[in-house]
Amino acid sequence: MLEVVELECMRGDRRLFTGLSFKLEPGELLHLHGRNGSGKTTLMRTVCGLIRPSAGEILWDGEGIWDQGDDFNRDLVYIGHKNGIKDDLNGIENLRICSVLDGVQINESQAWDALEKMGLRGHEDLPARVLSQGQKRRVTLARLLTHDAKLWVLDEPFTALDKAAVEFLQSVIRDHVANGGMVILTTHQEVNLTRGHPKQLQLGWKGEGDV
Amino acid sequence: MFEVYRAILMRDLTLALRRRSDVFITLFFFVVVVSLFPLGIGPEMDTLRMIAPGVVWVAALLSSMLALERLFTVDFDDGALEQMLLAPQPMFILVLGKVTAHWLITGIPLVLMSPLMGLQYDLSGNALLVLLVSLLLGTPALSLIGAIGAALTLGLRGGGVLVSLLVLPLSIPVLIFGAGAVEASVSGLGEQGHLYMMGAILVLALLFAPLATLAALRISAE
Repeated sequence: MLEVVELECMRGDRRLFTGLSFKLEPGELLHLHGRNGSGKTTLMRTVCGLIRPSAGEILWDGEGIWDQGDDFNRDLVYIGHKNGIKDDLNGIENLRICSVLDGVQINESQAWDALEKMGLRGHEDLPARVLSQGQKRRVTLARLLTHDAKLWVLDEPFTALDKAAVEFLQSVIRDHVANGGMVILTTHQEVNLTRGHPKQLQLGWKGEGDV
Repeated sequence: MFEVYRAILMRDLTLALRRRSDVFITLFFFVVVVSLFPLGIGPEMDTLRMIAPGVVWVAALLSSMLALERLFTVDFDDGALEQMLLAPQPMFILVLGKVTAHWLITGIPLVLMSPLMGLQYDLSGNALLVLLVSLLLGTPALSLIGAIGAALTLGLRGGGVLVSLLVLPLSIPVLIFGAGAVEASVSGLGEQGHLYMMGAILVLALLFAPLATLAALRISAE
C-alpha cells in the first residue's frame, strides 16, 4: 500500500504543492489532474524517489521509501516523458536491457512476444532511431508486459500512441488493477475500469488537493 | 550483481561499436597532439627525450577529457539514467559498469598506441614499457575521477568546459606520478615507487569515485 503524508515539494523558490496526502490500496488507480505546470510530473517523480520532498513522507507498506531502497524499487515501474530507450539498439535489445535492470530476466523469445503484443510485429529488430514516436513509446511500454511490479507510475503513457495502442494499453492497465496492482497516471484520456472507480486528484487549483 | 555489471558494460560497448566516431576522436586527438611536439621542436634527441614523459601524459590527460562529457549526457537525455537510478540494483555497480566501458573505449586504445608515440621521442625500450604500464594504471583512474565531474555537470549548458575545469586539478596526482615513473626510468632511478603510488591511486579511485559519482548523479537527476 502506498501512503503519502503531508507532502510538500519546492522547485527552486516556488512551492508546487503542500500538505498533500493520499492513500492507494491494492487494486486502485489514481488519476492525477491539473493544468500544465501544476506539478503532476514532480509529484510522480517524488513518489518514485527521484526527487526528495522538502517535507512530508511517502510510505510503502508502512515504511519510508528512502529507508528501504531496492525493496521499493523492485515493486515499482516508472514510465516518464522520456522513453529511456537507446536509439542505437533495437527493440529486443532495449527490452532485454531494461528487464535485466528491473531484475526480471527474460529470454529472447519472451522479448519478441512482448513486442508483438505491443503491436511492433516486423519492427522488433530495427534500431529505435528509425522508429516513429509512437513505436518508440510502444517499445517502452512493452516493459509493463514483462514486469511483475505492483506499483505503476505512468506519466502521460498515451502520448503519441494510435487508437488501437491506446485501447490495448487501457486493457493492460485494467488487468493490472483488477489483479490487485496499483497505478498512478496522468492523462487527458478517460480511464475506464472494470471494477470500482479511479480515484481522482486535482492539483493546482486550490493550491492543494485531496482525494 | 555481476549480471547487471556485464549487461551495462555490453550495452555501452555495443553502442560505441555502432557509433565509432567517439572512439576515434579521442585516439586521433592523442596521436596528433603528441606528434606535434617533435615537429615543432625539431630533431634534438636530448630535448625530446627529456620532455617525452610530460608531453605524452598531458596529451593523454587532455584527450581523456574529450570524451568525458558524453559519459552520462546521452543516458540523461534519453531517460535511461533515471531508469538506472530507479532500478532495484546497486547503483555502484551500474556506475562502475559505465566507467569500465568508457575506459575500454577511450583509455585502452590510447594505452596501446603510446609505445608507438614514445618512439618519436627516442625513448628506450624499457622506458616505453614503463610508459605503457603507467598509462595502463593511470587511465582507469582518470576515467573514474572524470566520471565525478561528468556527473556533476550533467544538464548544464557548456558542461564540456566545466568538466575539464573540475577534473583537471583532481587529476594532477595521476599526472605527476605517471610522468614521474617514465622520467625515473629514463634517468635510471627506477620506476617502482611511482608505479606503486599509481596503483594506490587507482585503488582509492575505484573505491571512492563511484560513490561520489552516484551522489552527483542523484542530484543531477532531480
